[in-house]
Amino acid sequence: MPMSTESQVQANAPAKAPTNAPANAPANTLINTPGNEEKDGKAFRPLIVSFCCNWCSYAGADLAGSSRLTYPADVKIIRVPCSCRINPLFILRAFQRGADGVIVNGCHPGDCHYSTGNFYTRRRMALLFSMLDFLGIEKERTRVEWVSAAEGARFASVMREFVEQIRRLGENKKLGDIRCKE
Amino acid sequence: MLKIGVFVCWCGSNIAGTVDVKAVVEAVKAEPGVVFSTDYQYMCSEGGQSAIRQAIKEYELGGVVICACSPRMHETTFRKAAEAAGLNPYMVEIANIREHCSWIHKDKEEATEKAVVLCRAAIAKLNLNKPLFPGESGVVKRALVIGGGIAGIQTALDIADAGYEVDIVEKSPTIGGRMAQLDKTFPTLDCAACILTPKMVEAAAHEKIRLFTYSEVEEVSGYVGSFRVKIRQKARSVNRELCNGCGECIVKCPSKTASNAFDEGLSKRSAIYIPFAQAVPNLPVIDREACLRFQTGKCGLCEIACSAKAIDYEQEDETITEEYGAIVLATGYRPMSLDRYDEFQYSQSPDVLTSLEFERILNASGPTGGSLLRLSNGEKPKSIVFIQCVGSRSDDGCGKSYCSKICCMYTAKQAMLVKDKYPDIDVTVFYIDVRTPGKNFDEFYRRAAEAYGVRYVKGMVGKVAEWKGRLQVQAVDLLEDKQLLIDADMVVLAAAIEPDPGARKIGAMLAVNMDQNDFFTEAHPKLRPVESPTAGVFLSGMCQGPKDIPETVAQAGAAAVKVLGLLSKDKLVGNPCVAISDETLCNGCSSCEALCPYDAITFEEKQVMVQGRRETRRVAMVNETMCQGCGACTVACPSGAMDLKGFTNRQIMAEVDAICR
Amino acid sequence: MQRIIGKMREKAKELLEAGTVDAVLGWKKGDFAYDPTPAFFYSTDELDMLAYDGFCGSNLSKYLVEYGKEKGKVLVFLKPCDTYSLNQLVSEHRVDRENVYVVGVGCDGMLDVQKLRDKGIAGIEEIEEAGEDLRIHTLYGLKTCPRDEALLKKCQSCKGKEHKLFDDRIGAEESRDIANEDRFAEVAELEKMSPEERFAFWRAALSSCIRCNACREACPVCSCHTCIFDNARSGVDAKANASEFEENLFHIIRAFHVAGRCSDCGECSRVCPQAIPLHLLNRKMIKDIQSFYGAFQAGDSADQCSPLLSYSPDDIEPDAFDRWKGVM
Repeated sequence: MPMSTESQVQANAPAKAPTNAPANAPANTLINTPGNEEKDGKAFRPLIVSFCCNWCSYAGADLAGSSRLTYPADVKIIRVPCSCRINPLFILRAFQRGADGVIVNGCHPGDCHYSTGNFYTRRRMALLFSMLDFLGIEKERTRVEWVSAAEGARFASVMREFVEQIRRLGENKKLGDIRCKE
Repeated sequence: MLKIGVFVCWCGSNIAGTVDVKAVVEAVKAEPGVVFSTDYQYMCSEGGQSAIRQAIKEYELGGVVICACSPRMHETTFRKAAEAAGLNPYMVEIANIREHCSWIHKDKEEATEKAVVLCRAAIAKLNLNKPLFPGESGVVKRALVIGGGIAGIQTALDIADAGYEVDIVEKSPTIGGRMAQLDKTFPTLDCAACILTPKMVEAAAHEKIRLFTYSEVEEVSGYVGSFRVKIRQKARSVNRELCNGCGECIVKCPSKTASNAFDEGLSKRSAIYIPFAQAVPNLPVIDREACLRFQTGKCGLCEIACSAKAIDYEQEDETITEEYGAIVLATGYRPMSLDRYDEFQYSQSPDVLTSLEFERILNASGPTGGSLLRLSNGEKPKSIVFIQCVGSRSDDGCGKSYCSKICCMYTAKQAMLVKDKYPDIDVTVFYIDVRTPGKNFDEFYRRAAEAYGVRYVKGMVGKVAEWKGRLQVQAVDLLEDKQLLIDADMVVLAAAIEPDPGARKIGAMLAVNMDQNDFFTEAHPKLRPVESPTAGVFLSGMCQGPKDIPETVAQAGAAAVKVLGLLSKDKLVGNPCVAISDETLCNGCSSCEALCPYDAITFEEKQVMVQGRRETRRVAMVNETMCQGCGACTVACPSGAMDLKGFTNRQIMAEVDAICR
Repeated sequence: MQRIIGKMREKAKELLEAGTVDAVLGWKKGDFAYDPTPAFFYSTDELDMLAYDGFCGSNLSKYLVEYGKEKGKVLVFLKPCDTYSLNQLVSEHRVDRENVYVVGVGCDGMLDVQKLRDKGIAGIEEIEEAGEDLRIHTLYGLKTCPRDEALLKKCQSCKGKEHKLFDDRIGAEESRDIANEDRFAEVAELEKMSPEERFAFWRAALSSCIRCNACREACPVCSCHTCIFDNARSGVDAKANASEFEENLFHIIRAFHVAGRCSDCGECSRVCPQAIPLHLLNRKMIKDIQSFYGAFQAGDSADQCSPLLSYSPDDIEPDAFDRWKGVM
């Protein structure tokens, strides 16, 4: 085996630091708080891709905006017509290119604009995320949320939570270096 | 390379207050394809739009990115502006830097940085955009209404009155539906027949309406604006051209033991019959199961009796195919079967009836000629107990979880009708809740309880038992908190209603889904309540959910308006962001076909050019008029042959790459 | 099953001569006793080369995809487990059932020559399959080995002796009983590990991938005319891997693309020159599908719907998958 498990643990060590750092505050107060810094003075800012379906979640994100509900700028939204448009390739591509977390948002099951799209999403993502977990990629890096157009506040809070979760996990190295360079 | 112009909106201080728009303008200048970038106070204003038009001409832009508010707000505005300058409207991409950026971030540096990323993603996507052209299709100016109850009749009349042709397909031998079986209607106690039959006659006489009774929809193909529907007209064994409706055949028919469905099986009818006196059309039909001629070959009395020579034993089913621009589902309901409610003695005692059966007893044309009699012994009852919510609002696994909505009111009506005619009869109603939202509904119920002395008891009945030739009702009075034992001569069960079981087959033909209770689902439960998820298919009446007559009529009118809106168009312009299959990549596996919610994908054996060679392959074909652009097929397709215009795999991956750069 | 080769040749000869079929798809004798390879036979004189022994592990279903309809009807010899793959291909319209004459052949469990070598058996000249034992004639004399100790990985969890579709069968009733291992045991072992351990396991395994595409070529459901990884327009093609992530991407996407379609024939692992346990990815998917959505075996029949092309309104939520671990 080209790389030892110990070096893996080391690679993850700084990432895990925030949870142990004394400066660490409870999840919800961390947001936009400049105090969330590591010992070297540089806070870890995760990169998060958030796929939103046009009809519910994207509108929910819009509502979060028009209600001026804040969530970290680490979240970047990509609009798709329906969550069922999200190809596992897109998610893997995001990880490949350095995303630390990917969240898929769709209408609540049963409320899909296309009536059945998110039912397929639910099965696909359940299997994909379980598979990623099986490969050792923390399941906390992936998430599916059902957010309606009326749930602006929920969209913002889900994003805050997810960012915080990824901050705690630290940088996503795993999907980048599956083949060891050492 | 595509020449791209970037326009960054201030939105007054909405964006500019948090995002350094000048910095965004500068930061994206080096992006691939960008030849021009600028900012403006309000991009959506006429000034802003004109700046876009001007820049498109001046810099010969092939595409524009607008960094502004949500595309859900002004995407159409900017597309139109681009189109006015000669650009394809789909060469416009919006970066949402207001709702998704300036409004949610406080730190200007952070927000500016994010705005730049969002803009880069839009540029990356735009670089892969292709001009898109929405497809056009024609509209057949004729509608089909499936179901000839009050919902279907009203929808058809409203469409026909506006000048369009309508066909009604009704599976039973007459139109009229459930409403024709009713005696009186709440809350005004009009006689149902008096208000319904004129409408039936009007529909039959209307020059724009054709009736296909005793007929069923067998097959549907096509899509909004142009459905092809195969209709099977079942053989009546009576020639409709010759029959004059005299009814002599019915009098002479010796087989008079068939169950009369119009009386809910409480009476018998002859093998050749007209369902009820005011049936439309007034045309008999031979029930071949009951007819001696068909069963034994020995009879033929009706043929002898018919002076018009209209009896035709050889008649066969006829199938016709018609084209329609729109289809309305008005397939109605039925009371659910109470087989599983043995505790109420429904299957055992003739004096335990469903409300619809009781309605027939009250009706002058019903099995008792309108006399209120016990079916067990023909005596007048002294005490009647009504039990509400039998199978409704149920969690026992036998019934329905929903409220059937009409039972509280018709029970009050029936109780009141009994009391009105026979004040000496004791009438008790058991209820869970009395629900009376509706114009004059609560007043009606109170009148029953207060003015007519109907006894309302909150509580469910545990058991009905036969006892000394009468019925004994065991119940709980929840308000008094005591057990009740009531002697009754008749028990009337307000059976839950359920969608007509024939609806499922029709829904499947039209790709209209049903909810967990088998009601058709709407395109949107609040904002598009009479449209089905399938374009060009509309919903009317009980098939969509429980409702009373006024609501049904109102919804029938609403469905008609939607149909008219469609039929009044000469061309339908589609959404160009639809699925497209690359036939050189398609495996023909049918995965996409299996999950398409709109049946928009079909397969064809086709000559395909592969690496300069001609090959016959099974390939997917997308019907652009039916496709709504969800993209479910694109992920199901293993070879990547299926893609979605406007949201292609490469476009979305380009966005991902730009964001993750 | 060497004993039925005579009947197989007879059948092939009969159908070729009668014109019922235009070709025969079977296994052809190789240079050694342990390397018969899939081959088409077009005339009766070639049939001497038709082989059937313990080294005919390869699943012939896939070869029917490229065999065009215009070439006429083909006789194919399929072992019980191979028929699942053919059913799947028929359901996906990749093979026209009418175009194929399926002769189901009995199977005693297929052998892995590597396992013999690992036992120090070298210089193999001929192998006699005698019931529960193998009699191996080598340059160094006669050796014996219990058959069960030399089975291919995929045969250690046999799907059974039943042919799921066939037009005729030879020796089907003589198939040997094989002690059946729990095919999900290895998956369950991995699931018990920590994410770090699993990651280390897969890194070690996948980093040896040389992207030879043997798994893809052998896989009976990886039957795309053009794989997205070869398609310049897909945006994910790569002549040479641009990043170390790409083997991973390839295998995850491949597992996802065959999810709900993979019959667990095990060909991917069997043909991998780097011995990557690729079947574990597929079995993980199968295990998940079964525990989330109920019993399902791809290829059980040609007219069932893949669980990924259907749904239930009550399906589990994606974040709940870990709660299902080890349920089965």
